[in-house]
Amino acid sequence: MNAMKTALQRCNDFVIKFANVNGSGSASANDLFARAIIRMGVPVAPRNIFPSNIQGMPTWYEMRVSAAGWLGRRGGCDLMVAMNPQTWDKDVAELESGGYLFYDSTKQLPRSKFRDDITVLGVPLTEMCNREYSDARQRQLFKNVMYVGALTALLAMEFAEVEKLIGEQFRGKDKLISANINALKRGYEYAREHLPCPIGLRVERSDQVGDRIFIDGNSACGLGAVYGGATVAAWYPITPSTSVVEAFTSYCRKYRTDPDNGACRYAIIQAEDELASIGMVIGAGWNGARAFTATSGPGISLMQEFFGLAYFAEIPAVIVDVQRGGPSTGMPTRTQQSDLLSCAYASHGDTKHVLIFPEDPYECFELGAQAFDLAERLQTPVFVMTDLDIGMNDRLCKPFAWDDKQRYDRGKLMTYEALEAGKDFGRYLDVDGDGIPYRTIPGTHPTRGAYFTRGTTRNAYAKYSEAGADYVYNMERLRRKFDTARSLVPAPVLRAAKEPTTVGVIHYGSTSAAMEEASVTLEAQGIHADTLRVRAFPFSDAVLDFVAAHEHVFVVEQNESAQLRTLLINEGEINPKKLIRVLHYDGTPITARYIAAKIADALSERKVTSIRKKVAT
Amino acid sequence: MTYLAKPRLLLADAPKNALGYTRRDYEGAISTLCAGCGHDSISAALVQACFDLDIEPHRVAKLSGIGCSSKTPDYFLGNSHGLNTVHGRMPSVLTGAALANRDLIYLGVSGDGDSASIGIGQFAHVMRRGVNMTYIVENNGVYGLTKGQFSATTDLGSKNKRGVINSDSPIDLVALALQLGASYVARSFSGDKEQLIPLLKGALRHRGAAFIDVISPCVTFNNHPGSTKSYDYVREHNEAVNRLDVILPRDTITASYAAGTVRRVVQHDGSVLHLRKVGDDYDPTDRIEAMNHLHERHALGEIVTGLLYVDSSAEDLHRHLNTVEKPLNKLGDAYLCPGSKALDALNASLR
Repeated sequence: MNAMKTALQRCNDFVIKFANVNGSGSASANDLFARAIIRMGVPVAPRNIFPSNIQGMPTWYEMRVSAAGWLGRRGGCDLMVAMNPQTWDKDVAELESGGYLFYDSTKQLPRSKFRDDITVLGVPLTEMCNREYSDARQRQLFKNVMYVGALTALLAMEFAEVEKLIGEQFRGKDKLISANINALKRGYEYAREHLPCPIGLRVERSDQVGDRIFIDGNSACGLGAVYGGATVAAWYPITPSTSVVEAFTSYCRKYRTDPDNGACRYAIIQAEDELASIGMVIGAGWNGARAFTATSGPGISLMQEFFGLAYFAEIPAVIVDVQRGGPSTGMPTRTQQSDLLSCAYASHGDTKHVLIFPEDPYECFELGAQAFDLAERLQTPVFVMTDLDIGMNDRLCKPFAWDDKQRYDRGKLMTYEALEAGKDFGRYLDVDGDGIPYRTIPGTHPTRGAYFTRGTTRNAYAKYSEAGADYVYNMERLRRKFDTARSLVPAPVLRAAKEPTTVGVIHYGSTSAAMEEASVTLEAQGIHADTLRVRAFPFSDAVLDFVAAHEHVFVVEQNESAQLRTLLINEGEINPKKLIRVLHYDGTPITARYIAAKIADALSERKVTSIRKKVAT
Repeated sequence: MTYLAKPRLLLADAPKNALGYTRRDYEGAISTLCAGCGHDSISAALVQACFDLDIEPHRVAKLSGIGCSSKTPDYFLGNSHGLNTVHGRMPSVLTGAALANRDLIYLGVSGDGDSASIGIGQFAHVMRRGVNMTYIVENNGVYGLTKGQFSATTDLGSKNKRGVINSDSPIDLVALALQLGASYVARSFSGDKEQLIPLLKGALRHRGAAFIDVISPCVTFNNHPGSTKSYDYVREHNEAVNRLDVILPRDTITASYAAGTVRRVVQHDGSVLHLRKVGDDYDPTDRIEAMNHLHERHALGEIVTGLLYVDSSAEDLHRHLNTVEKPLNKLGDAYLCPGSKALDALNASLR
C-alpha cells in the first residue's frame, strides 16, 4: 500500500472514530482517550452514535480533535478504529482519502477488505489479550485499554497523562490501576515497536482548553435542578432523558442529605408512566414545592392533557425534554429538535407554553436552574428543550457558576400575613396588570385564601363559571401573562458579522457549535452573516427586530418541518417568504459543512453574490 | 351550579368541637348533584368525621378526578384547598402534593369510572406506594355525568335504563386494594352513616394508603330494580363484618368491651379503633383472611362492608423515601442550594 505519500498530516485537528460493538466495555476506554487529549490542552468533541439496544449492536464513538475549539460535528473521518467486524466495510469506506485505519490484526484479512488510499495500522489485540489474560471478561475489557495504549503511541500523545487519568478513575482500587496501566503499556509498546509512530495525525500539548469543564447535558440538567431548588422529581425511564433524573438523584445524595440524620431533602419517584410523572410534578407544584420531570417526545405526547391543566389552572412545573428523532418511537437514540410545536402549543384548546433552548451543558445548568424561577414567577409549565446531542454526549463548556447572593424567585405568593391583614384575594385576578395573579399555597391560613383549583372555567375568584365574560377575562389575562413572559425569558444571543450584511441566520440549541464554525467558513468565502441564537419562546422583541433588520433570514433547525420557523411566522406575523429553511434531520447532529453549503447555495440561487458589495453601495 | 355559596346561618347553640368550630365550618358550596344522590351523604359524613376529629379545615387538601364524585370536594371543607385534576389522574397529583408537604391530611375523592376505568393504573400505583391518604371511591356503578353508561364496577348481568345487560366482569376495587398493599381497606354504603363516619375517621387517622369503597346509588341512572348498586339491593345484601368506633388518644379509654366481640386496634398516632364484631371470627389484621372472606361472600351474592383490613404499623411513602421531617415545600434556599463553593469543587472534578 503506497498511501504514505498522500497520508493526512494534521496536528490537533482531525476526526477519529471508534467502531465498537455495544456492551463490550469500549465506552470507558474511549472516554479515557478523550479526556487524555483534553488534559493535553487540546479541545475534543466526542459523540456517541449508539443503537437502542444493550448488547451486540454496532456503536460508534466519533471524536473531533480541534485546536480551533470547534465542538460541532465536522463530518468525515480521518482515523477509524475498526473494532466491529459487522460494520467493517462501511467503516473502511467512510475514511477520508489519506486516512488511517486501525484494526485488530489477529486474523489475516484479504487485501480486498482494505483500500489503497489509506494507511493501515494493525495490532493483534485479541492475540495479545488471550496471551495475557485467562478470564473472558478481562480479555474483552483490556483489549479496549490496549488500543488506547497503541493510539497514545501512534498519535504521539503523552503516556503519563493517560496513566494519570487511569489512576484518578480507579482511585483507591490499586489492583485495577496496575492492571489497566499494564494493558495500556502493552498496546503502547507494541505500537512503538511495530508501527511507524507517530503517524501523520498527532496530538501536541497546547493550552486551548482553559478552565472549561467536560460533562454531558443531562448531568448538567440534573445539577441545575438541584441548584434551582427542585425537591420533587417524578419520571419514567425513556431514552435519551433517563440520565437527567439519575444525575439529579446522585447530586441530591451528595448535596441534599441532612448531615445530622441522613434524611433526604428531596423526593424522587419513578412513576408508572409519563402521565403519572407529570401529575406528581403538578401536584407538588400546586402545593408549593419546586418539581420537575424529564422525558422525551413520546412522554411529551402522553403528558398533553396535564400540560393543559397546569396551563389553565396556573400551576408551576418544569419539564426537561431531551428531544430524539420522532414521530412515534422514531429514532430513540438519534438527535432531533422536533418537539417544538408539540410543546409550544401542547394540549387541546388555546394554550401556549414557555420553552427554553440551552445550547450546551453550561446552559443546561444555568437555564435549567432558572426554569424553576420562571415557572413560579409565571405560574405555568416551563419546557427546557435539550436534545440527545447535548444531553448524552460529554461536551467542553464554561465552568458552572452560581451567585450565592441570588435568592429563589417564588413568584406572587399570598402570605398568611397578607390574608390576615384582609387583603383581597382573587386567585385569577390580574392585580398588577401583567397577567400574573397571586396564589396561595394549601395550608396557608385557617379561614382565608383557600380555593378550589380546577381545569374548568372560573371567574377571577376561582368560582366555577361558564359565563362568557369570565372566560374571556381569563383568556385575555393568560395572553397578557404570556406577553409578560417575553421579557422574563433568556434573551437571544447576537453574533454580529465582521461587516454590515443583509444576511441573518437564526438558530437555537445544539446547532450553535456547528453554526459558529459555519459562520467562519462562510466568512472565508466572503459571505457575511449576522447570527442570532434564540434561547426562548415566546420571542422577545430582539428576535423580531433581527428578522426585520435582515433581507435574507435563514432558520437553521434539526427537524423536517421547520418548527421554529413556523413559530416565528405564527407568533411574529412574519412573511414566510422571508424565512429560508436550513433543515437537517437524519438523526445525526448537524455539521458546519452542511450549514455553510446550504446557506452559500441558497444565496447564490437568490443571486446574492457579494453581500459585502451590496451593503457598501 | 357550584358557584352558589351556601347562605351562612349561624345558630347560636350550634355544637362546637375542641377547636371552637361548628359543623358549618366544615361545609362547602351547595351541591349541584341530583336530589337524593348518595354522594351528598358521603360529603355529609366527611363533614361530620372532620368535625368530630377536630381537624383544622385548612390542614386538609382534597383532590379529585373528573365525574360526579369528583365534583363533591367543592361541597365540603370550604376552607380547604381543593384540586380538581384530570380524569383518572387524581392519585398522581395527590402523590406529588403529599411529597411536597407531608404535614397536611390528603383526601382523594374519586368514582368508579375515574378509578376503575380510566384511572385504574394510577389507583393501583398509589395503593402500592403507600401514599399517606384517604382514598374514597364513590361507587355507583355507572357514568352519571355522561348519562348512564356502564362503568367497570357495574355487576355482571346488571341492566341499564335502556334494558341493556352488562356482559363485562366487574372490578372489585376493595379486592384490588388488598392485593396491592393498601394498609387500611374498608367498604361502606352511603346510606349507612353510622358505619361510614367511623370508617372515615379511622382512615383519616391512618398513616399509609387508606382505601374506602363507598357504594353510592345513582338515583338518576342506577337505582332501579335491575341494578346491584341500588339502595334496595345494597340494603338487602349488605354483610357487615364489624362495627367501628374510633377513639382519639386524648380521650380516656374507658369503654368496656366484652372479649370476643370487640377488637381493639391502636393506630400509629395513638388513636384506637374499636371493632365491634358482627361477622364470624373476622380478623381485620389478616390480609389473606380479608381476601378470602370477600370472595366467599361475593360468591353468595353478598356485599361485605366494614373495616376489612388494617395494618396499624404500616409505613407511608415518606418513610420509604426517608424524607426530612420538615415539609419539602418549606425548605429554604440554604437547605436546597449547595452554593458556589460546592460548584467550584465540582467544576474542578470535571476537568
